[in-house]
Amino acid sequence: MTDTAVNTAPAGMTVSDEVAIEIRNMNKWYGQFHVLRDIDLTVYRGERIVICGPSGSGKSTMIRCINALEEHQEGKITVDGTVLSSDLKNIDKIRSEVGMCFQHFNLFPHLTILENCTLAPIWVRKIPKKEAIDTAMHYLEKVKIPDQANKYPGQLSGGQQQRVAIARSLCMRPKIMLFDEPTSALDPEMIKEVLDTMIQLAEEGMTMLCVTHEMGFAQAVANRVIFMDAGQIVEQNEPKAFFNNPQSERTKLFLSQILGH
Amino acid sequence: MEVKPYVRTAMLDGKPAPVTSSGPAGWLKKNLFDGPWNTAATLVALVVVFLLLSHLLPWVFQSVWNAENLAECREIIDATWGPEHSGACWAVIHDRYLQLIYGFYPWDFLWRPNLTFAMMLVAIAPVLFTQLPRKMLIFSCLFPFIGAWLLWGGSIWQPVMVLAGFGIGAAAFRYLAKVNRILSIAAAIVLPVIWWVFVMETVVHGLHAVIPLGLEPVQSNQFGGFMVSIIIGLTAITCSLPLGIMLALGRQTELFIVRTFSVGFIEFIRGVPLITLLFVASTLLNYFMPPGTNFDLIVRVIIMATLFSSAYIAEVVRGGLAALPKGQYEAADSLGLDYWQAQQLIIMPQALKIAIPGIVSTFIGLFKDTTLVSIIGILDPIGLSNAIRADSAWNGIYWELFAFIGFVFFIFCFSMSRYSMYLERKLNTGHR
Ligand SMILES: Nc1ncnc2c1ncn2[C@@H]1O[C@H](COP(=O)(O)OP(=O)(O)OP(=O)(O)O)[C@@H](O)[C@H]1O
Ligand SMILES: [Mg+2]
Repeated sequence: MTDTAVNTAPAGMTVSDEVAIEIRNMNKWYGQFHVLRDIDLTVYRGERIVICGPSGSGKSTMIRCINALEEHQEGKITVDGTVLSSDLKNIDKIRSEVGMCFQHFNLFPHLTILENCTLAPIWVRKIPKKEAIDTAMHYLEKVKIPDQANKYPGQLSGGQQQRVAIARSLCMRPKIMLFDEPTSALDPEMIKEVLDTMIQLAEEGMTMLCVTHEMGFAQAVANRVIFMDAGQIVEQNEPKAFFNNPQSERTKLFLSQILGH
Repeated sequence: MEVKPYVRTAMLDGKPAPVTSSGPAGWLKKNLFDGPWNTAATLVALVVVFLLLSHLLPWVFQSVWNAENLAECREIIDATWGPEHSGACWAVIHDRYLQLIYGFYPWDFLWRPNLTFAMMLVAIAPVLFTQLPRKMLIFSCLFPFIGAWLLWGGSIWQPVMVLAGFGIGAAAFRYLAKVNRILSIAAAIVLPVIWWVFVMETVVHGLHAVIPLGLEPVQSNQFGGFMVSIIIGLTAITCSLPLGIMLALGRQTELFIVRTFSVGFIEFIRGVPLITLLFVASTLLNYFMPPGTNFDLIVRVIIMATLFSSAYIAEVVRGGLAALPKGQYEAADSLGLDYWQAQQLIIMPQALKIAIPGIVSTFIGLFKDTTLVSIIGILDPIGLSNAIRADSAWNGIYWELFAFIGFVFFIFCFSMSRYSMYLERKLNTGHR
């Protein structure tokens, strides 16, 4: 992976001392396979956390546990004061406050861009249709594709689709955003437009957890970088120290591999 | 090797395609006479088509439309085209078309099936064509009750009270939902059934005694012809789609009992010939009903046909579900949609679109299978063709009746097939 040019520096991104997500001693198994081991993580409101690590280290699994796309077997996850349990009410509450963007966008191909953005607000938040459309147009403008509102996802480029996916999540007015490798299915020239959107979001104070290998993005935006390996958090630090002075051997090896060429 | 540097100085403009690949002559050459083998195949095919048509067309068109009976018909053919000629005797259709359409429905009341048919067209229009105003769907929902009442007649209170059963279910669900979800669902199913089976008849009698409004009743055994095919086919088609979707979802769920039941049902029904189910409908089913209830034969057949095709629909829909990427479920979940919302808004619209060809094939198969009811004594067109042949006037006529029945079925099935292609084109939103 190379550093994709990220020109804007963060302006006034502040971290409060209010807790947004708290993960305590989380363990997860796939059958006999122990994917996540004793994960402890506290995320404060306004934090931008980048999670990196080798393939199969459990990054996706960890952030998917936060909005219950995956079930964890041990430990406690608290999101915005709500404890994640098997109670469907709590799960629905957390999901409506946590937005998520996927590697493959996962837009709904049978709905227009606008319908993609208004669907959940109308059905989950019960917002009147007209208001939902206004909100959707607002966020589509923000990700700079208001003129595509009536097209279908299949007619858009990858970068545009990912920006729509971000707008779709934002329409639910989430307090926290999760990103799972949002740029790794994109051509290099489209990566920047998506990263720019994410930077803009960070500047507005959104709490973000982002699995990515875009180290330029991490250096520019993140206030904390987490390195995972073999289902564990191996090292975490602020970006400068993380990249310039990694402590663990595994981190050094990983960084030399992705920055090395 | 040495690399020769090259830089383009001017960009090229697009040119029109070569002429030889377009136009009718180009088409003929490319598709019919492209090489000796292709040419030979074309010529052989032309000869076969010519031979077929040279026998078929005179039979169809050098034919008799007006005659009292088969003997007269043959005489007219001999007199007009000579004894060598074999022509169709369409006079049997002309003579018996009312019977082929309505069976033995009382002649005086033919306006009732006619009106029902017209209303049916209005009722299915908004279902088939989404551009029509959505308000028309209210009529579509009421149509089954109006239609059944028009066809079978009887007291007006009958359909009204059947509808009231749905009202009872909805009310029970609404009020008990606050108390307990499972209780409310159970009540919404059980209470209406109790109402329909045990209570309704008394209420209908009472109301009818006070306000005697109604139509002359017509017995099921007077129904026949294409009318019966359409009643059975259309009702079973309409009911089997939602039932099939439920079974497909049931087969996928993690709820053990629901899944086991769905799998068992689907596999059982698919393993049994339809004709067995029809015999069960005609004889056995009455044993399971409370004594005294006389359960209409056509209704029983409709139930069996519905169950039969819903098992096939379930498998076709399951194929559509399997073709959806997992990301669609995850996206729906991550936005906070609940299971039923995700199914209704995200999963089913896409899965059903993928499954359209299979669904329509199942429907076409079901519609043609309605002819099997002739075996249990319902006078559908095939059953009537036997009845007509039993009359001495038309004894010995085969081809004309079957050709006509086949032609009418073809029109229905071909329309369904064309509609499914229209729908696929309409729902194509440009994604792969
Ligand atoms: N549904 C599943 N069943 C069994 N094992 C799984 C499942 N999903 C993931 N795994 C395993 O869990 C481990 C962690 O997977 P995960 O997708 O979280 O890794 P990741 O860090 O996101 O990797 P990548 O960078 O390749 O996306 C991997 O070894 C993977 O093979
Ligand atoms: Mg991953």
